[in-house]
Order: sequence, then structure tokens, then C-alpha cells
Amino acid sequence: MTDASLPKISVRGLTKSFGRKRVLDGLDIDCATGESLVVIGGSGTGKSVLVKCILGLLEPEKGSIRIDSIETVGLRRAARERLMQKSGMLFQGSALFDSLSVWENVAFGLIHGRGMERLAAKEIALAKLAAVGLGPEASDLRPAELSGGMQKRVALARAIAAEPEIIFFDEPTTGLDPIMADVINDLIVKCVREVGTTAVSITHDLVSARKIADRIAMLHGGRIVWNGPTEEIDRSGNPFVDQFINGRAEGPIQMEIRGL
Amino acid sequence: MLTFLAAIGAVFLAFLAATGRLVVFAGLALSTAFTPPFHLRVFLSEMVNIGYFSLPVVGLTAVFTGMVLALQSHTGFSRFAAEGAVATVVVLSITRELGPVITGLMVAGRVGAAMAAEIGTMRVTDQIDALTTLSTDPLRYLVLPRLVAGLITLPMLVLVADIIGVFGGYLIGVYKLGFNPEAYLNRTQQYLETIDVVSGLVKAAVFGFIVALMGCYHGYYSRGGAQGVGRATTYAVVSASVLILVSNYIITEAFFAR
Repeated sequence: MTDASLPKISVRGLTKSFGRKRVLDGLDIDCATGESLVVIGGSGTGKSVLVKCILGLLEPEKGSIRIDSIETVGLRRAARERLMQKSGMLFQGSALFDSLSVWENVAFGLIHGRGMERLAAKEIALAKLAAVGLGPEASDLRPAELSGGMQKRVALARAIAAEPEIIFFDEPTTGLDPIMADVINDLIVKCVREVGTTAVSITHDLVSARKIADRIAMLHGGRIVWNGPTEEIDRSGNPFVDQFINGRAEGPIQMEIRGL
Repeated sequence: MLTFLAAIGAVFLAFLAATGRLVVFAGLALSTAFTPPFHLRVFLSEMVNIGYFSLPVVGLTAVFTGMVLALQSHTGFSRFAAEGAVATVVVLSITRELGPVITGLMVAGRVGAAMAAEIGTMRVTDQIDALTTLSTDPLRYLVLPRLVAGLITLPMLVLVADIIGVFGGYLIGVYKLGFNPEAYLNRTQQYLETIDVVSGLVKAAVFGFIVALMGCYHGYYSRGGAQGVGRATTYAVVSASVLILVSNYIITEAFFAR
């Protein structure tokens, strides 16, 4: 049972380093049930690390991650597998299984994660493929036979196949042309608004962020330096956000560039 | 002097740490065998991949090994008029040693490398993370079926290699060296004992496990894109080959040392 007043996801003091490099440094963030939160930030600021920590793919050094008020840091394997049934993930590079057909990719979580019969899972997979605009003719193809945009759509169908309570989107529009990016954005909005799913997206594509987010948070220096409703991002008054959304080289965010 | 000792100590500690990681990896993968779900499709597909698709290369290697063995032992034994032992030497060498070792090394090159490359590519393209997010334990889905398939399939493959290898010796013995076919077959059976074949099959099972374990382990922990996958493939083949030769001695010692 979940209490609507409590955040769906609550992250406190999250710290993660790789060698000497501290990527997340006591990060705090909440995401409410049914909310679409987009985390923006430059390349290499730890956006993907944040999502991977929430999903349990990376183990943080310090901090707490609660999903539906349940502490997930240090969960055992079986408990983690049960928790994963609540969530879906769209990876930046789609991460489709090369050795399986398109429909088997979409139905994978249903068959292997939930023990559903292949035939029943295939029916659901075909319905989800249709929902992302792919017909049955694509279902028997291999991922390598698809374009980048089609792969993203298959990955989206896979992420929503089990109708998860939370979906994570890692750079959902990176590498796509503007039209295909907008198609993917529309599909994400449709999934989130129609099903009422909680969504956490990470991107540096501001067009995408403005379209899919209820709330935007900016990650810099291992912490959230600003977060607020999407419509307030242009008047945030935060120098990091201003520099980022205006794409200026000058400002508090400095790239380490040496002379030619 | 102190620096030299420290370097030796560091290498030894790194070796112990790597061994520990490997044992933990194998233990975690094998522990998933006791609870469902079981991924039978993956297991069967790996059996076909390891067994059926390795048949041509293993068959060719075995037949030529048997042929060379017959030829070499004939030229060697003729120096002290012991040519009659050719059939016995061929069958004992093939079943006890060459069948399992050569099959193990061939499969390490063919299957171990492919496993490391496939799992390594899955690692660097986030497919292993995707498995986890789809409530599927990667060790249970990717590693366990390969370990069990290696363990079961290699003995079958070695049995076939034994037969083909002995047949290679027979071809040379009868059609080149002029042995009487019936006499050659009689000598083949005469001194062959069950333990000769069984020890070879036990070796095969161990080698199959080693090949699959090295392929999966190096693939699973590969890092750094295409270069990392290439490195994992090399490590998988080299480490499996070395471990096959080391474990071959240990098993031989266990079976035949008096």
C-alpha cells in the first residue's frame, strides 16, 4: 500500500565515486507518484549514475534511496528482482537483445521476469508495439535490422510492456532526428499521462525536457543545484540553469579545456 | 631487493584476488541452479552451440590426431620391433589424453571466445543491465545455462572425438601400414579398460565447465567498449587453455598415479 502524500522515490545524501572522482556528492531529490521528473545537466555530471543507483545497477557508497518508502540500498538479490517488477527502463542505446526478435525483446520481462506463457506475452508485445507505432511486420525482425528511431520505439515498448509503476528514461532522444525525437517525446507523454506512471528522465535535450517534464531538476557538481516546475525554468534565477538553458560557454559551469 | 619482493607480493595478491572473484562468480551462478525459474531454451541452445556446431572442427582435429599418432608410433616402435602396439597406443592416447585435451582446446577457441565476445558485448551495450531491469538475474539467464551446457556437452563431444580419433588411427594402420583390419580392431579393444574412457569423459566435463566459466567470467566483467571485449575474448581463450592443461595433469594424477 502506498501513501499518496509520500514521494514515490526519495533519494537522500546519495554519494558515489569512481576511483578518486566523486560523481554524486550527497544528492537529495524526491519524485512524487505520477509525476514526470526530468534531470538535466551536462555530459559526465552523473545523471546516468543517479538512475543506475536508483535501479540498483550501481551500489552507492553512502545515502538512502527509498521507493514507496522501502529502503532499496543493500537489498538482496531476490528482493531486488521483486522491486524491479515495479519499474521499466529505456536505455540510451536502447540495449535491445541482439539474439532475440523484436517481439521477444518486448515480451522478455513478461516471460522471464513474470513467468507468463509465450503466446499471451506475444499478444501483449504486439499491442505495445502497435502503441508505439510499429506494426506486426516488424515483430519478427532482429534489432540489427531496425533504424535507430525504430530501436528506440521497441525499447520504449519493452519498458512499458509490464505496465510498471515507474519508468526511467536515459537520454530518450539522443541521436535521433528532431522529428523522430518529437515522436518519442509524444510517446513518453502518452505513456506517462494516460497510464499515470511515475517517470524519471535524464537528458540534456531541453526541447525534450520541456515537453515531457512536470518538474525539472538540474544536476551539477554531484548535487541538485535547482529544481522546480517546468514552466519556471526560464525564470529560475539560478546561474547554472541559466547558463545551461542558454547554452553559453561563459558562466559558473567551466569545461576543462587546454589551449591548442 | 625490497622493491622486487614487493612486486612479487603484489602479483601474488592480485592472483589471489582474481581467484577469489572467479570462485565467487562461479558460486553465485551455480547457486541459482537450486531455485526456479530455469531458462531451458537458453540451455538447449547452448548445448547445440557447444556440441553440434563444434562437431566439424573437433571431428577434423580428432581424425588427423589419430592418423598422426598411428604413423608416429609405428615409426618409433619399429625401432624395437613393437609395431604391434600401435593400435593400443592410439586408443589409449586418444581416450585418456588427446581426445579430451584437443577437444577442450578447440572448444576453448571456438566457444569460449564466442561466449566472452557475446556476453562482453552485452555488458558494454547495457544489455546485462537491461536484463536486471526486466527482473531477470543475468547470472541465472546468461551464465548458469552455459556452465551446465559446457559440463554436459563436452563429454558427448569427446566420446565422438574418441571414436573418430581411433578411426583415424585405423585408416592409417590398415590402409598405409598394412595391418590386418580384424587384428587392428582386436588390439584396439584388447587393452582398453573402462577407466580409460571414463577418465577422459571426467576430464571433458571439467574442461567444458572451465571453458564456459572463463568465457562467461571475462565477458561479464569486460570494460571499455570494443577494445575491452577483444581483451576479454583473448583472456577467456588463454586462461581456459592454461587451466585445461593444469587440470588435465591433476585429474590424470588422481586417476592413474600409484
